[in-house]
Amino acid sequence: MSAIAFFGAVELGLVYAFVALGVFLSFRILDFPDLTVDGSFPLGAAVVAVMIISGWNPWLATAIACVAGAMAGLFTAFVSVRFQILHLLASILTMIALFSINLRVMGRPNIAILNQETVLTPIYELGLTSYLARPLFVFVLAAIGVIFLAWFLRTDLGLAMRATGANPRMARAQGVRVGAMIMAGVALSNAMVALAGALFAQTNGFADVTSGVGTIVVGLAAVIVGETLLPRGGMIVAVAACVLGSVLYRLAVQLALNLDFLGLTPSDLNLATAVLVLFTLILPRLRQPRPTP
Amino acid sequence: MIAVHGLSVRFSAGTPLERHALKNVTLEVADQEFCCVIGSNGSGKSTLLSAIAGDVVPEAGRVVLSDRDVTRHAAQGRARLVARVFQDPLAGSCGRLTIGENLAIASRRGARRGLRDALAPSRMRSVLERVAELEIGLEKRLDQPIGSLSGGQRQALALIMATLAPSSVVLLDEHTAALDPANAEFVLGLTDTLAKRFGLTVLMVTHSMRQALEFGSRTIMLHEGEIVLDVRDPERKDLTVEDLVARFRKARGQELAEDGLLTS
Repeated sequence: MSAIAFFGAVELGLVYAFVALGVFLSFRILDFPDLTVDGSFPLGAAVVAVMIISGWNPWLATAIACVAGAMAGLFTAFVSVRFQILHLLASILTMIALFSINLRVMGRPNIAILNQETVLTPIYELGLTSYLARPLFVFVLAAIGVIFLAWFLRTDLGLAMRATGANPRMARAQGVRVGAMIMAGVALSNAMVALAGALFAQTNGFADVTSGVGTIVVGLAAVIVGETLLPRGGMIVAVAACVLGSVLYRLAVQLALNLDFLGLTPSDLNLATAVLVLFTLILPRLRQPRPTP
Repeated sequence: MIAVHGLSVRFSAGTPLERHALKNVTLEVADQEFCCVIGSNGSGKSTLLSAIAGDVVPEAGRVVLSDRDVTRHAAQGRARLVARVFQDPLAGSCGRLTIGENLAIASRRGARRGLRDALAPSRMRSVLERVAELEIGLEKRLDQPIGSLSGGQRQALALIMATLAPSSVVLLDEHTAALDPANAEFVLGLTDTLAKRFGLTVLMVTHSMRQALEFGSRTIMLHEGEIVLDVRDPERKDLTVEDLVARFRKARGQELAEDGLLTS
């Protein structure tokens, strides 16, 4: 694997680390399987691309992309909590709706933002080669994300959110407004996924309406890889494991693509990811002894 | 103080499965009073507790906790005024969280939750002092997940959690029924200790007639959603388990006689 391919994979892993953090929050902390992310990832990319093209400050554009993602998550959670619609179904509905919304936001299926001012522009001006500068920049952001999420999950509000996912009846008995917790948590989760989309657009120079396909599976793969490698430890370890899992997942994919004898092409990526996630989900069950029929 | 006035609860109203779980129940438990509730299955014991805690919406009647009418408040809105320990040891705490985190959640029961570090030593100190006082060693295991505790230890923790926040009303819903005899004895002893130590107002549902007479200062018996017996100390002291069984039979007997009328 060339250095450029290696750092490219690391960079992509760090960008998708925010997807992993979001999926960790919804799936693991809140026990709310949320497929909205397949729509909120390209939503973040779309919002940031359109705003950058229109000459907005790229940081402000990125922040607004996060708010847009949060709104999408809030909608899913509200529908699910208020009208008692199954979380999976509610999130699929939002995801489908977002496809149209993303096309509306962009006005066309994809937008190039090459040669525009992005959050990375000042980093490029530092003189580092771009294939090093990008992962370094995203790493700093991911580190901030990890510290923020680990801190949040230790606050009174964060603990209430964890209790909501682990034991809603107990949470209610402790005076936690369970519905509000789910809405806030899923909104935060999708804000992070939209941030990943916004960073993806700015590091790759384009936003594409189809870039969200399989986001949930990639995020889940990262969370599972991280949990498998770092099964024990406190909250900061669990959160950091998501980032580690995301980077290692991308490196594994890059490695598999580089092994010519496997004959894999980038289009096989979704199949390979699905197999990987399925395998890691099945593995613990295979280890358990089964009663003979 | 717990007060319910004319409380009626009906499940599956208007369907063939309709059940009148509580019929016009009026009960007042004074501050620092420890009241045991007995009755057969389906007599309305758990429904009474659920209605007080806010998990069940009554068809009629009022629920007053510490002089506040909470009839229209949802369960999470009443949490500031009342704590509850469930029969299932898994129900009262979060298995995925550590002992310390569970204690931190319980110490802010019903209070506003913001962005302060829940496990900051300055905030945990008073909690830990209370836990250490009980001398069961939980304060040394704060970083361990709840899942590492046995059912009895978990119920003991749930009890302690119920006493951490300022409110003093505690509802115990057969909280020792799922434990082995030794653990049940331990948790009951702890219940008694905590109730006396912190001056709690307790409503304890139990299946054991012996416990119902031994603990607290008052015993009520529910049957078919009505209170059929209400005795306090000192009269209660003269009551034996046999007397209770006889009363129980009498309540059941009336029901049998009515059934007899219907079928004759």
